[in-house]
Amino acid sequence: MATVELTFSALPAHVRTARLVATAIARRTGVEESLLDEVRLAVGEACSRAVEAHRAHCPGEPIRIELKDDSGRFEVTVSDQAPSDEIKQEQPLDLGMLSDSFMSGFGIAVIAGLADDVEVFPSPKGMRIRMSWPAATNGHPPI
Amino acid sequence: MDLKLDHHNEDRLTIVEVEGEIDVYTAPRLRELLIDLVNKGNFHLLVNMEKVDFLDSTGLGVLVGGLKRVRAHDGSLELVCTQERILKIFRITGLTKVFGIYASVDEAKEAHGKDK
Repeated sequence: MATVELTFSALPAHVRTARLVATAIARRTGVEESLLDEVRLAVGEACSRAVEAHRAHCPGEPIRIELKDDSGRFEVTVSDQAPSDEIKQEQPLDLGMLSDSFMSGFGIAVIAGLADDVEVFPSPKGMRIRMSWPAATNGHPPI
Repeated sequence: MDLKLDHHNEDRLTIVEVEGEIDVYTAPRLRELLIDLVNKGNFHLLVNMEKVDFLDSTGLGVLVGGLKRVRAHDGSLELVCTQERILKIFRITGLTKVFGIYASVDEAKEAHGKDK
């Protein structure tokens, strides 16, 4: 098992860096080329959500990403420290309800639509989003 | 890649050319442009996304915000996009039902002309 950990300040400019790192490690881990766009977008969504949450609640605290190559899966966990206890259920689309800055639940809905496997752990001490994709291990095909 | 923005008018339509990545960092620039165009009386916008490499929900939020603004003036905001990686996020979010999405600028102009 190999793990890469990355922490970054809650600045929008760093989200791109996080996306690039995650995509590079996914590629090296053996995630299929056709899935790399999904990895990039899902990790970007999770980091964007975390940045927005930190800017609202704790701008001085860093956001943490863990990238693991474990048992034939590429696993990414994005953890923030902003209080979060709500995950809104998907509702019928109503343009009047949507704002310029999409509600955080929308980003999570996008992640759920992209990642092969997603778990969201909201808590008063922060949210953790874990997602994974199949990856080749030592030349063996993805699980 | 950073975000490049440009726009020009063709008849009643304002074509917004977008190139690069639309994310939480760059989306505010697109939002400012759309607001500025609407404030200057451009209510029929066509956003060409053929050169967009990346779009996330922040970018979608900006497009939805632009759509709300033009609709307040009986206007329109439509998109040109054929890239599967970008279309996918519109499909996941159900926004394909909200935006007119065309395969080319000419196709959008033709459809817009018929609506006049």
